[in-house]
Amino acid sequence: MARAMWKASLEIGELRVPVKLYAGVEERSVHFRLLHEKDRAPVRQRMVDPKDESEVPSDEVRRGVEVDEGVFVVLQPGELASLEPKPSRAIEVTRFVAPGAIDLSWYSRPYFLGPDASDADYFALAAALRKSQRLGIARWVMRGERYAGVLAPHGDHLALVALHDADEVVGVEGIAPPGGPALSAGERKLAKQLVEALDAPFDGAALRDEYRERVEKLIDAKRRGQTYAVKEAPPPRTRGNLGEVLKRSLQAAKERRRAAA
Amino acid sequence: MPQPDGTKRRRARHGRGGESPPAEHGATGHGVWSGSITFGLVTIPVELYSARRGGGVPLRMLSPDGVPLARQYVCSEEGVPLEDDEIVRGYEVAPGEFVLVDDEELEALAPRRSRDIELERFVDRDAVAPGYLERAYFLVPGSGQTKAYRLLADTMERTRRAAIASFVMRDKAYALAIFADRGVLRAGVLRFGDELRSPETLGLPGAVRPDAARVKRMQKAIESLARDEVDERELRDDADERLLALAREKRERGEDVVEAPAAPAEPAEGDGGAEVVDLTALLKQRLRGSAAGGGAGGTKRRAKRSATARGESRRPARRPTQGSPAARR
Repeated sequence: MARAMWKASLEIGELRVPVKLYAGVEERSVHFRLLHEKDRAPVRQRMVDPKDESEVPSDEVRRGVEVDEGVFVVLQPGELASLEPKPSRAIEVTRFVAPGAIDLSWYSRPYFLGPDASDADYFALAAALRKSQRLGIARWVMRGERYAGVLAPHGDHLALVALHDADEVVGVEGIAPPGGPALSAGERKLAKQLVEALDAPFDGAALRDEYRERVEKLIDAKRRGQTYAVKEAPPPRTRGNLGEVLKRSLQAAKERRRAAA
Repeated sequence: MPQPDGTKRRRARHGRGGESPPAEHGATGHGVWSGSITFGLVTIPVELYSARRGGGVPLRMLSPDGVPLARQYVCSEEGVPLEDDEIVRGYEVAPGEFVLVDDEELEALAPRRSRDIELERFVDRDAVAPGYLERAYFLVPGSGQTKAYRLLADTMERTRRAAIASFVMRDKAYALAIFADRGVLRAGVLRFGDELRSPETLGLPGAVRPDAARVKRMQKAIESLARDEVDERELRDDADERLLALAREKRERGEDVVEAPAAPAEPAEGDGGAEVVDLTALLKQRLRGSAAGGGAGGTKRRAKRSATARGESRRPARRPTQGSPAARR
């Protein structure tokens, strides 16, 4: 069983449900090291005073905040620590909203919650949340950072998806769609048929990082003293008026479907 | 890009350089990408705009007495500073044993350059779990013709579908989910399947059948906090404001104030990147189909420089950028 990152208490009004929090994302990037070409020794990064290239050890490096063009205020370590929010074990759920109230621009990073101590309360909450068809808005402090997130059912379990700072992203609210002449009933019908012809279940597991796979293959081949190359073909292109192109697309989609059946 | 678990992207606080995906130059008034959505044989010219605003508190690394520092790369064996062309990239296949990979080899693996976002299939939009969404973009009609754009948005909203697509930006292929909301098309970059964990892969205990009375009690608690809207104030983190407030207060007192060359501005897509525009105003204008070119739109604010203080962390040219398999350790 995976190790939990953090132990917390979900607080919903008077209710307290102890939970463990797990990272929902697994780092998969291929990590290269920088090496000195001559001796293949790893490269080290350091911060230096540009005047005499003397090294400044990392524990002496200070952050300067630019308060005006070219004017910096140096922050001392104690001062940075004083800005950190007070540690707490609480994941406070402040409200429950319909899924449509959450803008997709806000989503940032998923975590899973697992039961801690009592399975009964945890699974009862997951079941109740699923039935309510609502999502919780939660706030918590973890590792010196303040978070906001969405408490959501995930099958029989609970997920907590961290959100971006509302000031950092633009949502769809307040943004007007492009205008133009009304769409014809015929086009709308054809477009709907085309969307339906391309209908499929969402299969997240099928989303593959082909570039990463290629890099892994390259490394593997080189390690064995072999070479590795990829080949790709160019895509087809078509032009015409919208109605005709929709019709031809629909025809093609139907044929593909028939061929697959 | 995935960050170490539990690390929120907080540019101001940690001021790490070079970890932002290319998407983040979106607030400069230019689309980060332009091309076409292909939907069957229909092509819809679009431009992508990142939904992230620029910003963050400008930070830079200083010595204790306020000298701006430079980043230097040194050989761990010889201890000598290295020039860019003395540095190569290696993958550690066994302790101390590296397979060297050069830029040309990686470039040869890059996906075929394409100007298309090909809608491969349509799925129930609620089936795309939010955990897949890594970051969001707005899709803006790329030409005066908006009919096909409006038709696609209209159809996806009526059928409650999201489209799954892939596209290539700066030599990297991304999986996308395209959503239509209020007549506006947006794209979410999706995490790849093997990057997401699940209760099963985490080994969480399987469900126990909850007893009805307990579920009822939970439902009551949920209902009592049911609201129609999200209060965006609850999604706000004031860490940056508090950081700036402290810095300004110290400046008033004349404490720890130093003069140094301004933190270098983030290089932006296609221009100097000095001006940051109001992204909301810009998107409104672009969606209206205004003929005004990119960059002209929106209210100009003082350039807020990214706190990644990229200038200090300027990396050797040969080091791969984040987004390709990057050297980060």
